[in-house]
Amino acid sequence: MILLNLIYFLAEVVLACFFFGFGFKYLSHFGTLGENTQLKVWNEELQIYERTTGDNSMLILLFSVFTIAALILFIYILILLIKNVRAIIRLRKEGKHIASFRELLLDLLDKKFHITLLAAPMTTLVLFTVLPIVFMILIAFTNFDSDHQPPGELFTWTGLTNVTDVFLGNATKTHTFFGILGWTFVWAILATFTNYILGMLLAIVINHKLVKFKKMWRTLFIISIAIPQFVSLLLIARALEPAGAINVALMKAGIISAPLPFLSNTLLARICVVIINMWIGIPYTMMTFSGVLMNIPAELYESSEIDGAGVLQSFVSITLPYMIFVTAPATITTFVSNINNFNVIYLLTGGGPFALDYYQAGKTDLLVTWLYKLTVDHHDYALASTIGIFIFMIVSTVSLAVYNHTGSVKREDMFQ
Amino acid sequence: MSRHKKMVSIGLHTLLTVLAVIWLIPVFWLLISSFRAEKGAYTSNLLPQRFTFDNYIRLFTDTRLFNFPRWFMNTLFVAVCSCIITTLLTLMVAYVYSRLRFRSRKGLMNISLILGMFPGFMSMIAIYHFMKAIGLDQTLLALILVYSGGAALNYYIAKGFFDTIPKALDEAARIDGASRHVIFWKIILPNSKPIVVNTAINAFIAPWVDFIFVSVIMKDNYNNYTVAKGLYTMVDKANIFEYYTSFCAGAVLVSIPIVCLFIKIQKYYVAGVTAGASKG
Repeated sequence: MILLNLIYFLAEVVLACFFFGFGFKYLSHFGTLGENTQLKVWNEELQIYERTTGDNSMLILLFSVFTIAALILFIYILILLIKNVRAIIRLRKEGKHIASFRELLLDLLDKKFHITLLAAPMTTLVLFTVLPIVFMILIAFTNFDSDHQPPGELFTWTGLTNVTDVFLGNATKTHTFFGILGWTFVWAILATFTNYILGMLLAIVINHKLVKFKKMWRTLFIISIAIPQFVSLLLIARALEPAGAINVALMKAGIISAPLPFLSNTLLARICVVIINMWIGIPYTMMTFSGVLMNIPAELYESSEIDGAGVLQSFVSITLPYMIFVTAPATITTFVSNINNFNVIYLLTGGGPFALDYYQAGKTDLLVTWLYKLTVDHHDYALASTIGIFIFMIVSTVSLAVYNHTGSVKREDMFQ
Repeated sequence: MSRHKKMVSIGLHTLLTVLAVIWLIPVFWLLISSFRAEKGAYTSNLLPQRFTFDNYIRLFTDTRLFNFPRWFMNTLFVAVCSCIITTLLTLMVAYVYSRLRFRSRKGLMNISLILGMFPGFMSMIAIYHFMKAIGLDQTLLALILVYSGGAALNYYIAKGFFDTIPKALDEAARIDGASRHVIFWKIILPNSKPIVVNTAINAFIAPWVDFIFVSVIMKDNYNNYTVAKGLYTMVDKANIFEYYTSFCAGAVLVSIPIVCLFIKIQKYYVAGVTAGASKG
């Protein structure tokens, strides 16, 4: 235990060095996110403009977050250290055995094995998920957009401006937000239910007792989902364009005389993404339902047959309720992932047709593709973060409502 | 077989054939485009006029602008590394939540649930700048870290599987004096082959199909692209006419192994989806 204290102490020294040597100079600017803008200064000797090093708001914020995390770790280890010292003093007084370092290590493989196992996953989780999320949440309260790009310009705290902008302040942004929000929900509902119902029907057909080569049929449908989506969706997007294969085929067959604007007409584009999403999604639901169908206890059917139920009746009163019950949690997960279904929208339409009355968005954009465009194409980070937080709120509300209604989470200990 | 049954059987098989054809048309389209001799994304003829292997050969010989062999090796390297790390981390976390009881267990599980609800794209800019700050931007190591960093959040399916392994097994081992460390490696893992395979294959596939994080981390460093991002670049506006058929050829080469792996894990996939639900 004495050696353990020494390790704790060393960790404290390292963290303190980090804090004063590196973190403090960033943390001290945390309140303003930097004051000195980078300037161009004429250098007489070299006859060129030189840039002075100004403050970089982005780095100040990023490293401040890391420094605060280090500070929390520092305090935590300090508490451990104090506890340990106290324990040693108490054990000494009582004349009890003080655990040796070796015994402590062995403990880590048994009684405290969870610490050993969780150490690495939790470290990566904090570094690559938790701290970035904290950083982006903070960004939502700044004016970090295309006009305030470090290192050239500074950005600063603006409080709730972004939130009020989205909800009531800025007419274009509000209009865009509610337009996209509405379509996101329409899309998620349509995408989930078309796939659910048709996938279920397909599974029932394949598992029908008269159908031969069941495994072959399943495999045929699986091939289409195993092809990476960026490949299949890009191909389909090319085929839907005015000069693409589908228009060419339709014109050659004499069904249409001019190319149909599949991706540039709002309504057609929306119908297209829902239909193409069925192509993507139905094999997944088919697989899920196939598994479920095969797991329905056979006794259920036998007893209903004895009771004189027909095929239709046993389907309605056994198969259907069973399937809906078992797949309910998975369906909600699908609904949530459809709210965030980036690939289908981004690769097919790119959010288009582009809308002039929208702020940097198109008519098939979902919240998540809008977020992506704002981040990557327009560097509107503050607005993007605000939308990200809002997506989080939608997703967590939906999920919470569902988790409270399914027993499998509440009673997770019961079946072990 | 009665007449009625025969009719139903023929009807069902016809329906399945039509549907299978619809589902396979894009796949077929990809295949014939990869052998097409005429360039460009759009042709006035639906079927190629001439067939050729050149698109495939070109991928491996013409590496001036797009270095496909190098992308392939990059992806393989990233996929193998992140597959090993992700599988290990996921199984460790799943075992801890399934078998070990400690004070902060519930709290950690709830936090994981909440973290998983933030859209992943939200933090990619932060991750990029963090990587840049520690000098890892535009490197393959950064990609490996990004793909395996969130492993602690995807433990649900593995935990569901561990929950079904009888606890009596652990208890018997404990009576024999085995520590939890030994139980994990010698008893739980060898009994969990399906879930190990499933986790590993999923982790292995991810780098082959992701083009978003690669774009953010690699920017314009073509040499460190993975196949997904590389192929995606081949069909942007500037390159599509010249490289469309090469894109198709590359896509076929990437798809074949993924299709094989997918067919292998399909039975585990079904088990995974229903594992959490059937207990409720």
